[in-house]
Amino acid sequence: MDLGLTPEQIESRKRFSDFVDEYIAPVADQNDRDEHTPVELIKRLGEQGFLGAFIPEEYGGKGMDMVTAGLLCEEIGRGSASLLSLLTINGMVSQAILKWGTRAQKEHWLPGLATAEKVAAFGVTEPDIGSDAKSVETTAELSGNSYILNGRKKWISYGQVADLFLILAQCDGKPTTFLIERDTPGFSTTPITGLLGFRSAMLAELQIEKCRVPEENLVGKPGFGFSHVTNVALDHGRYCVGWGCLGLAEACLQASLSYTSERKQFGTNLRGHQLIQEMIADMITNIKATRLLCYHAAYLKETGDPGMIMETSIMKYFASRMVNKIANDAVQIHGAHGCGSEYSVQRYLRDAKIMEIIEGSSQMQQIIIAKSGYMNFRLEKRKK
Amino acid sequence: MSTDEIKEKIKAFICQFVQNVDIPDDEDLFASGLVNSLFAMQLVLHIEKEFQLKVANDDLDYENFKSINAITDFIGQKDLNSETK
Repeated sequence: MDLGLTPEQIESRKRFSDFVDEYIAPVADQNDRDEHTPVELIKRLGEQGFLGAFIPEEYGGKGMDMVTAGLLCEEIGRGSASLLSLLTINGMVSQAILKWGTRAQKEHWLPGLATAEKVAAFGVTEPDIGSDAKSVETTAELSGNSYILNGRKKWISYGQVADLFLILAQCDGKPTTFLIERDTPGFSTTPITGLLGFRSAMLAELQIEKCRVPEENLVGKPGFGFSHVTNVALDHGRYCVGWGCLGLAEACLQASLSYTSERKQFGTNLRGHQLIQEMIADMITNIKATRLLCYHAAYLKETGDPGMIMETSIMKYFASRMVNKIANDAVQIHGAHGCGSEYSVQRYLRDAKIMEIIEGSSQMQQIIIAKSGYMNFRLEKRKK
Repeated sequence: MSTDEIKEKIKAFICQFVQNVDIPDDEDLFASGLVNSLFAMQLVLHIEKEFQLKVANDDLDYENFKSINAITDFIGQKDLNSETK
């Protein structure tokens, strides 16, 4: 059993890491304070092909293998969790189109999404609907060759700047997904500011008022919008978030190793104190455990194994819980400095909390993981 | 692969998700609440991996997935189409 990276994957990781160190990490705190992602940075991600990591080459993407694409999420997550969410949502929409879109939709949208010529956002959550996503209140009515959509979406990452939105709506009471372009008459966005974390992810509320959407923008079929289209997107989102948590945890660890090597109290470096060592040891161990879960999910995804859905859920659950513990300890280690704006760890902690909420909260993951456990228990009993 | 073989494989897969129920071949899996929405994508992945088929946009018809019989017919038909191409 080989759990190591191939030479190509090691080389890719170095390229991702160098990019993050040069273009993302140095500006991440300022972008967080500004609650803004510069458009040049998004374009730069596009030029590198990073937004097309999961899109096949035939549609203008990089078609990376699942480990390499995971390493990209990890590195971006190390630099900025907000920016990771751009990669995540763009990928969620791309994957939904790739799996359930028509040939024409794939050819029309995917090349632009792979290069950041167009930015996509994912519109499921509403002011009154969160985890119970299949009960969205946005509606779609067939009118000739179009659908008329009405509703509101909230907490939409990069909603302030996205060009294309994948929207979940009820069509005759059936969950159905549509692509809406920003310039559609009746469509508008309102920025959401003052967030706990993901502050530079440019979240928005979407107003959809009598938006006429051509029927060729229907993704999948009426009734399959949640079970098939949204679930493909969410599975992909959890995969990116899990790897991103790994990167964010690594950033916490590196910051803590550096700080404790320099800071002196009671006549010795913090690293010499055993209670500090306990926190560092737990960080290292939890990061290693998360990495193994990430690799396992990558393997199952690469092979198209049906088990990938559960394993990705477990990986996201563990990774997001893990990074909260680690970011909390990183701030604790930094003491008062950790609460100020001079160090990044306070951003890490605020972003870590968001990881436990997006793409299925920890509680939703717990429900499906526990159910899966009972299912396997039953199967084992049947075998005996 | 014969229809019986397909059906047996599908039954074995679905039985993993259902508790203490012997499901009739024509029972509507979704309407009866036997399975949840997560199962829908797991079923798609299983069909694709086990039978080396691609389930795509045109296949999104409730009639293709609603029961053991429906899924078996759907796979048989897809298999036939890929052979005649």
